[in-house]
Amino acid sequence: MLAFLIKRFANAIFVMLSVSFIAFMIFRFVGDPVELMLNEQATQEQRDDLRTRLGLDQSFIAQFGTFVGNAAKGDFGISFRNQQDVLAMIAERFPATFELVIVATIISLVVGIPMGVITAIRRQTWYAEAMQFTSIIGVSLPSFVVGIGLILIFSVWLGWFPAFGRGDTVQIGWWSTGLLTHTGRMSIVLPALSLSLFQITLVMRLVRAEMLEVLRSDFIKFARARGIPARAIHFRHALRNCLMPVVTMTAMQIGGLIAFALVTETVFQWPGMGLLFIQAVTFVDVPIMAAYLCIVALIFVLLNTIVDITYAVIDPRLRGAEK
Amino acid sequence: MMMQAVSPPDPTPDAAALGAEAVLEVSNLTVEFPTRRGVLTAIDNVSMQIAPGEILGVVGESGAGKSITGLAVLGLLEAPGRIAGGEIHVAGRRIDMLSEDELTKVRGREMGAIFQDPLTALNPLFTIGVQLVETIRLHSGLSKEAARDRALTLLREVGIPAPRERLSQYPHQFSGGMRQRVVIALALAAEPALIIADEPTTALDVSIQAQITALLRRLCKDHRTGVMLVTHDMGVIAETADRVAVMYSGRMVETGRVKDVIHDAQHPYTKGLMAAIPSLHERVETLTQIDGAMPRLNARPEGCAFNPRCPMAGPRCRRENPVLAPAGRNQAACFLHDGGTE
Ligand SMILES: Nc1ncnc2c1ncn2[C@@H]1O[C@H](COP(=O)(O)OP(=O)(O)O)[C@@H](O)[C@H]1O
Ligand code: SF4
Ligand SMILES: [Mg+2]
Repeated sequence: MLAFLIKRFANAIFVMLSVSFIAFMIFRFVGDPVELMLNEQATQEQRDDLRTRLGLDQSFIAQFGTFVGNAAKGDFGISFRNQQDVLAMIAERFPATFELVIVATIISLVVGIPMGVITAIRRQTWYAEAMQFTSIIGVSLPSFVVGIGLILIFSVWLGWFPAFGRGDTVQIGWWSTGLLTHTGRMSIVLPALSLSLFQITLVMRLVRAEMLEVLRSDFIKFARARGIPARAIHFRHALRNCLMPVVTMTAMQIGGLIAFALVTETVFQWPGMGLLFIQAVTFVDVPIMAAYLCIVALIFVLLNTIVDITYAVIDPRLRGAEK
Repeated sequence: MMMQAVSPPDPTPDAAALGAEAVLEVSNLTVEFPTRRGVLTAIDNVSMQIAPGEILGVVGESGAGKSITGLAVLGLLEAPGRIAGGEIHVAGRRIDMLSEDELTKVRGREMGAIFQDPLTALNPLFTIGVQLVETIRLHSGLSKEAARDRALTLLREVGIPAPRERLSQYPHQFSGGMRQRVVIALALAAEPALIIADEPTTALDVSIQAQITALLRRLCKDHRTGVMLVTHDMGVIAETADRVAVMYSGRMVETGRVKDVIHDAQHPYTKGLMAAIPSLHERVETLTQIDGAMPRLNARPEGCAFNPRCPMAGPRCRRENPVLAPAGRNQAACFLHDGGTE
């Protein structure tokens, strides 16, 4: 178990180093930061001075070392655009993205799991077929089309939900939540639904495939031979054996959703990290882009590690593996 | 044709005497698999009876239809497989016509099952105790505490040491042999009249096999449970079963008391089978002594299914399908014992 943890840890560090290297390269090659930061009238002296202050006169390796060292402390520098601390800017935007992603994940599980079970155990029925068919549309429609469609139907035509923004928020420490106000809750519905649509399909298809596989297994046959009724077979014995891959995938996908939220946030003008990133791209605000990359990668890596440990907790067989 | 219509009832003395209260009575069972290339008859007109406390060994090469017979009785045939003819009575009640819901109430309560691989037969995510209590309460309506006590009794009965600690353990914490004991305990939970044991020892270490078969035999005698013991292993049959049925290509070719079939086989196939076993513990995977292989279901020859391999085959064997008829002290489906092969 210890060897496993060390290996996981080394792995995580390697991934983070690779990502920060890429982020660092953006710094170097998007353009000369000195040119980006100073205006055209700056003197050569001012330029050299800034160059030294930014450490750009040092060797490539030394610069990368400094970047990684600072990043590890949470110091990604200051925004080119408004001279604010980058980490603080991201921290301010993070709650919006996080709440969006969590609500989308909950929707995808609450809708996707029952749909997966139904399409697996009622294979021949018209409604199972209909769900299967709809799910193909779910995977093939681009996210922004879904978002625009939802806005058109539910806010423009029906006027049920706001089309953009986050509504009112409540501040709890540094965290700003929209889930405690009515406008906040109404505002999150459409973006979360839009973000979860693809996810619902993934969960449904995974649950369906796993259910079909598990229902063929010996212990299900033996459970039936013991007279266990169909309901208990499906929902107690089979579904529980499907949940591990679903948990794994869901957790892994949270990282993906944070990345995907970029599109949704743009469509719904949702004030999250993704929108911040898109704005940073327009202004070539490199420190924000680099920080966003590193933070999303860190979330991915953390989730991966948590998933591996959760695995061992859910499955008694893996718990015993350390013996 | 009259010959194919009905097999005569099994005249073995025990079974005949107990016929009225047989725990299993299968008559003229036919199981079909409709496929794209036509209907395969996996089980063709098979009949058998098992009395309370009696162990019927069912033996035959791989693909002979042993497992399908057991699954048909349990009502667990997988689609597209279906019972196309015949009747199945368990503990005096006809069950082949029952709906799935009604069958669910018979399974576990009137008939239990033990399958080949104990490593995969138990739900890996539930403790042994949870699975036992679930099964016991389902069939008895006992309280949780009473069901737990019953679970302890069962574990003790199947020879699991320290049952109290074992209850809270997961399947993976048990060895193969111990898991098969748990499976047996689960099958016995509601004291069914009949147990279908499909290759219960095949997946186990040789050293464990004898213990498990001995346990099965003891429990069956103690509880007067009838057992259909499906196996490749003639050694298991010789040690455990009271009677034996030999299957070939979905048909029953010979049946009789174990010692009569082993020492005085009447059907040419059974003779080859017995000769092919140098020691009784060899498995009957394939029959090297007799040239050729068992025909595939879609290529079963006209007449006697064994005729392409049979050294005694005559013209009639290629026209007509023999049915079980008295042969020596056994019953055999062979024209040598029923009017000749011409
Ligand atoms: N789903 C199926 N479709 C078609 N044929 C099948 C199916 N399941 C089993 N069979 C056929 O039924 C026959 C009997 O199988 P089985 O009872 O498993 O044999 P065994 O005697 O080895 O237990 C085999 O020849 C097999 O090919
Ligand atoms: S009926 Fe004919 S072919 Fe079949 S076993 Fe008897 S002799 Fe051989
Ligand atoms: Mg078999």
